[in-house]
Amino acid sequence: MIELALNIALTLVGLATALTFWRLLRGPSAPDRILALDTLYINTIALLVLLGIVLGNNIYFEAALLIALMGFVGTIALCKYLLRGDIIE
Amino acid sequence: MNLMSIIITVFAGSLLTAWVSRFGRLQAAWVAGLITLAALAQLLPMVPSVFAGNTHIEHWAWFPSVGLDLSFRLDGLAMLFALLILGIGLLIVLYARYYLSARDCMGRFYSYLLMFMGAMLGIALSENVIQLLIFWELTSLTSFLLISYWQDREEARQGARMALAITGAGGLALLGGLIMLGQIAGSYELSVILNSGDQIRAHPLYVPMLVLVLLGAFTKSAQFPFHFWLPNAMAAPTPVSAYLHSATMVKAGVFLLARLFPALSGTPEWSYLVGGAGLMTLLVGAVFALFKHDLKGLLAYSTISHLGLITLLFAIGTPLAAVAGVFHIINHAIFKASLFMAAGIIDHEAGSRDMRKLNGLWKYMPHTAMLAMVASAAMAGVPLLNGFLSKEMFFAEAASAGSHLKLGWLLPAAVTIAGIFAVAYSVRFIHDVFYNGEPIDLPKTPHEPPRWMKLPVELLVALCLLVGILPQATVQPLLEIASAGVLQTTPPDFDLAIWHGVNIALIMSVVALVGGGLVYAMRLPLFRLHDEHLAPRLQAKAVFDHIMSALFRFASALTRALDTGSLQRMLVLFFAGALVLGVGGFLMGGGPLSGNRAMLPLDPLSLMAALILIFGTLAVVMSHRQRFTALILIGVVGLVVSLIFVKFSGPDLALTQLSVEVVTIVLLLLALYFLPQSHSAESPRWRRARDLVVALLAGTGAALLSWAVLSRPFTSISDYFLANSVPGGGGSNVVNVILVDFRGFDTLGEITVLALAALGIFAMLERIYLPGPDADAQGRPWNWDKHPAVMASFARLLLPLALMVSVFIFLRGHNLPGGGFIAGLVTAVALIMQYLANGEEWTQDRLPANTHPMLAMGLLIATLTGLGSWLFGYPFLTSSFGHFHLPFIGEFELATAMAFDLGVYLVVVGSVLLILIYLGLMHGASHRPASGKEDYR
Repeated sequence: MIELALNIALTLVGLATALTFWRLLRGPSAPDRILALDTLYINTIALLVLLGIVLGNNIYFEAALLIALMGFVGTIALCKYLLRGDIIE
Repeated sequence: MNLMSIIITVFAGSLLTAWVSRFGRLQAAWVAGLITLAALAQLLPMVPSVFAGNTHIEHWAWFPSVGLDLSFRLDGLAMLFALLILGIGLLIVLYARYYLSARDCMGRFYSYLLMFMGAMLGIALSENVIQLLIFWELTSLTSFLLISYWQDREEARQGARMALAITGAGGLALLGGLIMLGQIAGSYELSVILNSGDQIRAHPLYVPMLVLVLLGAFTKSAQFPFHFWLPNAMAAPTPVSAYLHSATMVKAGVFLLARLFPALSGTPEWSYLVGGAGLMTLLVGAVFALFKHDLKGLLAYSTISHLGLITLLFAIGTPLAAVAGVFHIINHAIFKASLFMAAGIIDHEAGSRDMRKLNGLWKYMPHTAMLAMVASAAMAGVPLLNGFLSKEMFFAEAASAGSHLKLGWLLPAAVTIAGIFAVAYSVRFIHDVFYNGEPIDLPKTPHEPPRWMKLPVELLVALCLLVGILPQATVQPLLEIASAGVLQTTPPDFDLAIWHGVNIALIMSVVALVGGGLVYAMRLPLFRLHDEHLAPRLQAKAVFDHIMSALFRFASALTRALDTGSLQRMLVLFFAGALVLGVGGFLMGGGPLSGNRAMLPLDPLSLMAALILIFGTLAVVMSHRQRFTALILIGVVGLVVSLIFVKFSGPDLALTQLSVEVVTIVLLLLALYFLPQSHSAESPRWRRARDLVVALLAGTGAALLSWAVLSRPFTSISDYFLANSVPGGGGSNVVNVILVDFRGFDTLGEITVLALAALGIFAMLERIYLPGPDADAQGRPWNWDKHPAVMASFARLLLPLALMVSVFIFLRGHNLPGGGFIAGLVTAVALIMQYLANGEEWTQDRLPANTHPMLAMGLLIATLTGLGSWLFGYPFLTSSFGHFHLPFIGEFELATAMAFDLGVYLVVVGSVLLILIYLGLMHGASHRPASGKEDYR
């Protein structure tokens, strides 16, 4: 049962990742792309957590944790740039 | 007592002297004198044992795998030189105390002098020839400092540069020669080299090796045609000249000839090369000395001539000639030191060194005049003085060597001519200065110098007389033991009597004395001849300057031709070159492209990741003119790369990649603010087409190579680390154990470089304020809200969580993925986040922007951890670990590597923060806050 659920989840998250990447390429505006990158981070987190469950490996969770943390900071920096240009002021 | 401690005493004394000079001028002189005495006191107890025929060798393993050891040697020759260096050095210290004027910095002078003395002692006492070379180069460097002591004088700087260029180039040649010598003999130790003379002389590489070694010796001892640096080096203070010309520097060259005499001499090549240079130098020096009107110039050329004499003696190659060479080294050191000091006294008390002005000083300074005259007579070779004895031996050797050759009479004839000129310039030194009328407009009225300034000269002149009158009782034992050191066997019997009966040498001496007097009597027409015909044509300095400027022109033309400053050009050349070499190598190697390793199964997720990576990369390239878009796309590429690391069991790499990714984005955004947001194509179309082709080919090549490597079974050194990580380093995270333990020394070097880079960037960025744009790329003005509240609050909330993650990653780093480097990046990112969301002002109220102390602490902790292992008798940076048990927490492990890792952590945090914050603070010149409040720096 859990295997089936995992497979469905992986397929869906994979699909979401591909679509997000498409949006990232298409744009058209900078906020679209930033949002797509942030969503890509979130998709990746989901992907890693699912893989961690499938493979029974804790390291995947930690990578997910770090992506969650770092992705947020990256998004803040990009947004701040759009907002003010100067990101440390 | 050991030999190394003598050298260390002198070098440490150099630092001490520089330090005490802040307590007063004369303290430096006292300390320098005491240091020299202390070194002598360590040497003297060993003297009786050397006289008994023993050779002391001390040995410390230093770098045994390449044959480099710290080893020292004390035999007769080494002892003679050590005594000369320290003995005359002591007199120089005393003399310079009175010579230097109140404007000169005593501490700097004596500190350089002691450094130089230590380097010379190192040459004399080295057993390992590579170690000898290191000291050799040190003498070049320290003599540069001494010659340029009066830095404000143009000629001092020029002379010092010339000396360094010539002796430094010679040192380079010598390095090559000594390495070849060591390879031929099978060891760099003198004990082996000196005993394998036959093997060395029979080797096919003997001649190139000999040429290189001789280049080193000849440049140092100012042999023709490298002699011209020595007269230019007399821009140095006179005590330095006295030291360089008598016991040190130029004597290092003849010391090397003497030292390697048993290994290299006895071949026709040796005789012709060494003899030719020696004879030319002897003649050129003697003739030109007569025409110098400057006292020190005369003495400098006379030194060149005497060095040629010594070199010629070693070239003759008989044991007796070698004895004569050693004897003349001693005698020349004694009389030349006293002559330079006398010249310095005259310069000091009369204000000029020009012999056309200096006349009749006998009336003003009879005591000094007497001393100078005796020393000068010794230089001329007058009987009952030391110079006579060795010169007579020299004449005898030259005559007997000439009798074996065709046209052999030329050698004694040339030598006699040199002797005539030697007498002539010595007579000039006496007559022109102390008699010959009255002084001509001297700046001061000459008078006797202070009592103690004369003492060194008196002692040396007394030695001239003692050796000259009672040679058997004074110098004979020293000469015997020093010659034994040169020859490495018992020296032949020689008789140091003053009267040998009428023989060829005596006749040559008499001819030289009489002829010298005659030449001096005819000096005025000779001077005219020289001024009109010789002087304008023979300008060694002009030739040297010409060669040097041609060299500089060539070097800068070459640099300009290779480096036009165009990145595109460099990259095209680089990739095209790599392509040619790679394809050529692969085609010639002829191996199949694919290996036989079984393929891993392909799953849809991996395929998708690969496609995202490929298209993401392509998109970066396509959008590279829209810089902000390209930056976002780079973020995708970095993300996928870290996913690949996760999949292929590189968790440490994945974590590092993720952290570095964010730091990179912040860094690029900071820079992007000051740069154009987009740019148009500037290169012509054909060049872009060419670059595209090169890029595609290079990319394909790299892909094929990766395929070739990945499709083959591959064994690497990683098995060793996997097997030894837990038993050797006490951690199961191999990456971390390698970083902090197996390769700890590399890591220490890397964090040092990182800290230096951060400080360098800080130094460049501090106080730079650049104007930035007022509006974004589309021309919209910036938002008024500097720090939106939502962003600020979330960032604050996230700080403790991020720090906890960082502590977690740090603590378990030794056994599981993590460690100081990643933890440092996470902490830095967490703190930078506060700058982004809350602003500089808010953050700096809570956390100082100055992270210099953090950098210093990190380096200190890492280094101290490394040093700590010395306390327990282990090599630097040996780590140890143990398991401990605490109630509640349970068993845990502590390794010293963790302290080291803490150092890494602090340096990483400090560097990243320092760089990013100061890059962010550059905006000062523009970008006024919307409120109009002047709250930026």
